Amino acid sequence: MKPVTGRLVLLAVIVIVSLVMFLPSTPLFSKMPDWWKNYFPAKGITLGLDLQGGIHLVLEVEADRAVEIALDRAATNMTVLFAEKKLQVESVTHTTPTEITVSLGAPEAKDGVLKLTDDQFPFLTSRSPSDRVLVFSLRSGEADRIKKQAVTQALETIRNRVDQFGVAEPQIQQQGLRQIVVQLPGVKDPGRAKALIKNTALLEFKMLDETHKVAGMLPSRVPAGKEEDIIREFGPQIPPDDEILFERTIDKESGRVTKTPYLVKKRAVLTGDVLTDARVSLGEFQDAYVSINFDSTGAKLFERITAENVKKRMAIILDNTIYSAPVIQERISGGRAQITGSFTTEEANDLAIVLRAGALPAPVKVIQDLTVGPSLGQDSIEKGVRSTIIAGVIVVLFMVFYYRLSGSIADFALVLNLVCLVGALAGLNATLTLPGIAGIILTIGMGVDSNVLIFERIREELRSGKPVRPAVDAGYEKALLTIVDSHVTTLITGFALFLFGTGPIKGFAVTLCLGIAINLFTALVGTKVIFDLLNRRGRMDRLSI
Amino acid sequence: MIEVLGKTNIDFMGWRRYSFALSGVLALFGLVAMVQIGRGAANLGIDFAGGTAVQLKFEKAVPIELARQALITHGLPEVELQEFTADNKLLVRVKAQTAIEEKVADKVLDAFKKVFPDNPFVVDSSYEIGPTIGEKLQEDALKAITISMVGIILYIWARFEFRFGIAAAIATFHDILAVLGIFYVLDKEITLLIVTALLTLAGYSLTDTVVVFDRIRENLRARHREPLEKTINNAVNQVLSRTVVVSLTVILVLVPLTFFGGEVLHDFSLALLMGVIVGTYSSVFVASPLLILWKGTPGKLLRR
Repeated sequence: MKPVTGRLVLLAVIVIVSLVMFLPSTPLFSKMPDWWKNYFPAKGITLGLDLQGGIHLVLEVEADRAVEIALDRAATNMTVLFAEKKLQVESVTHTTPTEITVSLGAPEAKDGVLKLTDDQFPFLTSRSPSDRVLVFSLRSGEADRIKKQAVTQALETIRNRVDQFGVAEPQIQQQGLRQIVVQLPGVKDPGRAKALIKNTALLEFKMLDETHKVAGMLPSRVPAGKEEDIIREFGPQIPPDDEILFERTIDKESGRVTKTPYLVKKRAVLTGDVLTDARVSLGEFQDAYVSINFDSTGAKLFERITAENVKKRMAIILDNTIYSAPVIQERISGGRAQITGSFTTEEANDLAIVLRAGALPAPVKVIQDLTVGPSLGQDSIEKGVRSTIIAGVIVVLFMVFYYRLSGSIADFALVLNLVCLVGALAGLNATLTLPGIAGIILTIGMGVDSNVLIFERIREELRSGKPVRPAVDAGYEKALLTIVDSHVTTLITGFALFLFGTGPIKGFAVTLCLGIAINLFTALVGTKVIFDLLNRRGRMDRLSI
Repeated sequence: MIEVLGKTNIDFMGWRRYSFALSGVLALFGLVAMVQIGRGAANLGIDFAGGTAVQLKFEKAVPIELARQALITHGLPEVELQEFTADNKLLVRVKAQTAIEEKVADKVLDAFKKVFPDNPFVVDSSYEIGPTIGEKLQEDALKAITISMVGIILYIWARFEFRFGIAAAIATFHDILAVLGIFYVLDKEITLLIVTALLTLAGYSLTDTVVVFDRIRENLRARHREPLEKTINNAVNQVLSRTVVVSLTVILVLVPLTFFGGEVLHDFSLALLMGVIVGTYSSVFVASPLLILWKGTPGKLLRR
C-alpha cells in the first residue's frame, strides 16, 4: 500500500487553496484583515449578465461609410483650399461613394490643383478624363486602412464614453473584422447606456439656406413622426446642395414632441473634431446647456465663419438632428460656443460625455442586443441555487442510502469536487452564468458516475470472494481505464463547445472541462486515500458498500 | 448491500430488431427536424433566427388575448406570446429577418404602456438579435458538433477499434437526433441553450457507451472463443447495475432542475432529462448491437 500521509497533505493543500481563491466571492471577504486583502487574491467569480443583469451589445461598424465620410471631408477641405489659393475651380463634388470630381474653370488651373492636392491629400490619386475635369479616388489599400482605423477608433471612442459613464468592469473588445462587443454588467438604466454607446455623436455646424423659396414654405411645427411627409412634399423642390433637417422640441407641460423643419446647406462649415472640451452648465432659468471649447484651428475657423455670416442663422447639428439654430449676432472669437436645446440635465450630461469622447468615425449598427433586468437575474440566481441544492441533497442521500459507508466516502468526494471547482473558477476569475450552474450540476453527475463505476467493480470483486483490501485495489484498478475513457470523450465535447461557443455557452464549457479534470482527480485520488486510511487502521473483514 | 438489480442475464442483443426499429423512427423524427431547421420552417429561437424577445413582469395579471390585441393595434401583428402566470410574466417574441433598427422592443413597451396604464411592469429581459448573428451561430453550432464527433471517433478508434468508434458515433448522433426530433414534435423552441443541452447529452451518452464498450473489450480479451453476441450480452449485463444507478442519479439531479430551476433552465433540463433516458437506452440497445451488425474482420482486440 502506498503511504497515505503524502496524499492527505496534498488534498488538504488543494482544499485550502480553493477556499482562499473562493473567499473574495463571499461576503466574508470584506471582514478579512488588510494584510490578507493585500497578499491574497481579491477577485473571485464574476456573475454573468444573466445572473446579475446588464447589457450585452454586438455592434457592427459601418466601415464603408467611414470611407465616404473621409472623402466628404476631403472634398470640403479642397473647396476651402482652392478658394484660399484663388485657383480657377468651378466645383468640387463628391460624385460616387469613392470618387471626387473637380471641374476646372480653365485647363491651365490643372497643374496648380494637382500640386496642391499632391501636397495636402497624399492618400488620393487622380485621373483626368478631359482637360477641364479631374477625378480623385483613394489610392489602393487606402480604403482598407481607413476601414480598419475606423473600427479601432470606434472601439477607443466607445471605451472612453463607457469609462466616463461609469460602469463597474465593462468589457469592450473587437470581434472579427468589423464588430465590437460591449458588455456592461449591472447597468441600472439600459436605455440611456445604449444611446450613449451607439450614437455617432457627429457634431456639425451648418448654415441655414434662408434665400431659397422652400425655406419660407416649410411649416413651423409638425408632430413627431410626420418628418417623412415633409421630406416627400418639399424634397424634390430643394437645390441639390441643400437638405431638410429637423429640430426637436419637447413641450415642458405636456411632454409632447414636435419637430421644426429647416432648410440647411449640406456642407458642414465646422465639425466636432476641432473640439477640446465640453461641459454642462446651467442657464438663468436652471435649464441645462453644453458649453464647448474649440482648439486653435477650430477657433480661427469659427471666428471667420461667424464674421462672414453675421445676421445669418447657423444650425448646430448632432447626428442629423438640429439642437438649435441661432442667429449670428456678431463675429465670435475666443473659440467658445454653446449648445442649447430642450434637454434634461441628464441628457445634457450624456451629450457632454459623447462630445468629449469624440464622434464615432462611422455609424454603428446594433446587431445583437441582450438586456437582462436586475430582477430577472436575482430570480434566476435564487431558482438556480435552490434547485442545485435540492439536487445535491438528493444525490448525497441517495449515495449514502445505496452504498452506506462507501456512499459517504463518495459524498466526501463530491464535496471535494465542488470545493475545488468553485476554487478553480474563482482562481481563473471565470464568469458564472446559468448554463455554468448547469455545468456544475453535470459535474456532480459525472462524479457520481465515477464512484458508482468503482463501487460496482469493488462489489464484483467482493462477490468473487476476494478480501476487502485486494478487492478495493482491484476495483480501482479495473475502473481506472473506463473512467479515463469516459472523461476524455466528454472532455472532447467540452473542448469543441469551448472553441465555438460564445458567451454563456463558453461559460458552460469552461465549468464542464474544469469539472471533468477535477473529478478525475477526486475520484482516483480523493476517495482512494480514504479507503486506504480505513484499511490501515487494522484489517477490515467487511466493507460497508 | 442494497441492489436495484441482482445478477442479470437478459438477452439484450436478441431484441435488436425491435430496438433498431424504434431507433429508426426516433432518428427519422430527428432528420425531419434537421431538414425543417435547414429550411427555416422549425421553431427556431430568436438567437438563431434573429428577432426580438422581450420578457415583462407585470404588477397584475394580464389576459394574454388583451395583450395580443394591444400589440396588433400598435402595428405588431405577428407576435408570439407566452405567459408565466405564476408571477404575471409575459414573454413577447417577434421573429424577423430585419435589422434591429426598427426598435421592435421599444414598440412593444410603448404599446403596453398605453394600453395598460394602471398596470406597471418591469423589463425582465430584452433580446434583439440581427439575422447575421443567427447565421453565424448556426454555423458555429454545426462546427462544434462536427468537431466533437470527429474527435470522439478518432479517440475511440485509437483506444478500441474503428468499428467501435463508428458505432459510438452513430449511437451518439442517434441520441441527438432523437431529442431534437422529440423537441420538434412538441414544438419546443430550439435555442442556443437547447443546442448546448444536445451537446452535453452527447457527452453523457458517450460516457455510457464507452463504459459498455470497455467491458466488451475486457471480455473479448479474456474469452475470445465465445460467440460475439454472447460476449456483448454478458458485458451489457455486467455493467447494467452501474448503468441503472448512474442514470437514476442523474435523473434525480435533473428533475428538481426541470421543475424548480426557473423558466430559463426548464427546457434545458428537459432536453437533458430526455437525453439521459435516450442515451442510456442507446448504449445498450443501439451501440452494442451495432457491433454485431458490423461483421468486419476481427480487429486488434480479438487478435490479442
